[in-house]
Amino acid sequence: MQLRLTDTSLRDGSHHKRHQFTVEDVRSIVAALDGAGVPVIEVTHGDGLGGSSFNYGFSLTPEQELIKVAAETAQQAKIAVLMLPGVGVKDDILVSQDNGASIVRIATHCTEADVSVQHFQLARERGLETVGFLMMAHSQPPEALAKQARIMADAGCQCVYVVDSAGALVLEQVSDRVAALVDELGDDAQVGFHGHENLGLSVANSVAAARAGAKQIDGSVRGFGAGAGNTPLEAFVGVCDKLGFSTGVDFFKIVDAAEDVVRPVMPEECLLDRMALMMGYAGVYSSFLKHAYTQAQRYGVSGAHILVRAGERKLVGGQEDQLIDIALELSRENVR
Amino acid sequence: MKAAIVGSGNIGTDLLYKLLRSDVLEPRWMVGIDPASEGLKRAASLGLEVSVDGAEWLLRQEELPDIVFEATSAAVHRANAPRYAEAGIRAIDLTPAAVGPYVVPPVNLGEHQDAPNINLITCGGQATIPMVHAVSRVVPVEYAEIVASVASVSAGPGTRANIDEFTRTTSKGIEAIGGASRGKAIIVLNPANPPMIMRDTIFCAIPADADTEAITDSIARMETDIRSYVPGFRLLREPQYDAGRVAIFVEIEGAGDFLPPYAGNLDIMTAAATKVGEEIARAAAVDRHVTA
Repeated sequence: MQLRLTDTSLRDGSHHKRHQFTVEDVRSIVAALDGAGVPVIEVTHGDGLGGSSFNYGFSLTPEQELIKVAAETAQQAKIAVLMLPGVGVKDDILVSQDNGASIVRIATHCTEADVSVQHFQLARERGLETVGFLMMAHSQPPEALAKQARIMADAGCQCVYVVDSAGALVLEQVSDRVAALVDELGDDAQVGFHGHENLGLSVANSVAAARAGAKQIDGSVRGFGAGAGNTPLEAFVGVCDKLGFSTGVDFFKIVDAAEDVVRPVMPEECLLDRMALMMGYAGVYSSFLKHAYTQAQRYGVSGAHILVRAGERKLVGGQEDQLIDIALELSRENVR
Repeated sequence: MKAAIVGSGNIGTDLLYKLLRSDVLEPRWMVGIDPASEGLKRAASLGLEVSVDGAEWLLRQEELPDIVFEATSAAVHRANAPRYAEAGIRAIDLTPAAVGPYVVPPVNLGEHQDAPNINLITCGGQATIPMVHAVSRVVPVEYAEIVASVASVSAGPGTRANIDEFTRTTSKGIEAIGGASRGKAIIVLNPANPPMIMRDTIFCAIPADADTEAITDSIARMETDIRSYVPGFRLLREPQYDAGRVAIFVEIEGAGDFLPPYAGNLDIMTAAATKVGEEIARAAAVDRHVTA
């Protein structure tokens, strides 16, 4: 079995780093991953192109500078960017392409695929490779996800991902969803899987996805990502070696990259702690984690309760502003 | 004033109910392009003349409207606008086409009452730009950012196909009418069931020594002004001040005219359109009175 891996530590890791990547961070991580044979490296603000904002956090370095450095550094790896319609705009995609990105990944909440149509069309017209992200995939049954995947594929998406943004999916729940997409898309588009570690299952879930027919798998070296972290890519590469899945990534080199290059850039390890578990358990968007910490501290309320209430309110990716409202509500109710 | 609605989708139909309640506007025609349109059926049963042949049909009628409300798409309005102008029909544009000047009623309606074509920016713009203005009339605002969360079911196919136009047009409005040096708009569609009521958060960068009491007071006055024509508009919380910024939280509960009350995004747009139309009609009535 042949899998294509995408490392997203320079995109999902942006949340953990509170969007404070430097040019040097990007140069060193891209060089190490590229040298280990990682075929695709994603570099963007954590919330996608144009994400630098009050709502999501301002970037230390303009993301387009980081994309450019990444593209200049990579010898063999392709550089991907993430874009959320409603946050970024088409022009952001074009600027990224000018700076050397060759893959654009368009992400929508998993019931809203039709907002991505104009962006896929543009990307294909410009000769970019396309990937679609159906975020918070745990919230919809397999058949509903497959219908949304069809909308993306018809718009020009070449690989639709089941994105477990909350790290809430458990094994068969992954393979059922991936299988439904494979069944719907046939030869029209590939299927991918993006996991998080919030229930400690990201590697196992990725194996389940591959066995159900996913051809592209995301991870972040050292788990450097949102929530409890993403699928630790070096661990997944090792597991693939054991299972006889071919990834083209050198296990020993990527293990060294994780330890010697990526870990020093991380402010701390991504942990499967109380807050992260709440996210997996309550089905909360992983990048809410740091914002929940911030508001818990600002208003002296329980961060875990902020996340649980975010789940109850059925917030979707992008609604970080509502965490302030929840913190104020908890403060009024005296939930400390 | 005799009025026509062009576009029979969610916005056009919601607007129909508001115009029917107006003392000074008389909705006589509603046109669309979809024979299956629920809006056209309702308009016909409420006594309007309807057609599925769009603006073409409307402009062929012997009697023409004084004012037309366009609730189609930006591309359609760009094509129709010169034809309305040629026929001497005033146009209120509810698409992001921006042929005419941007208007947000509590901020700048007075400046453009005579304009032949008025643009209402976007639903998110109508809900948030007044608040940016409320801050920028007290202190300089270098940067303002709004986050609009709307229920998925209230975002029609036009909004979905043109989400970039929403963010770009709203951003420009934050600058041009809100008074921020730089504006950014974010829109999030939320499919929760039961549907969430429209919410917006407005962040404004403010100077370190800003008079926060004066800003809070200005925000409260603006809330009162908006509520005069959008009764379901309200501040959810006290404005929150953090290092160099103020955050304002609002909710817009719709009047439930066509879509249920969660669709505050429709409501604030159609309420603004009605308000602008009524002011134009009243100004025209005064003119007639004076010349007579």
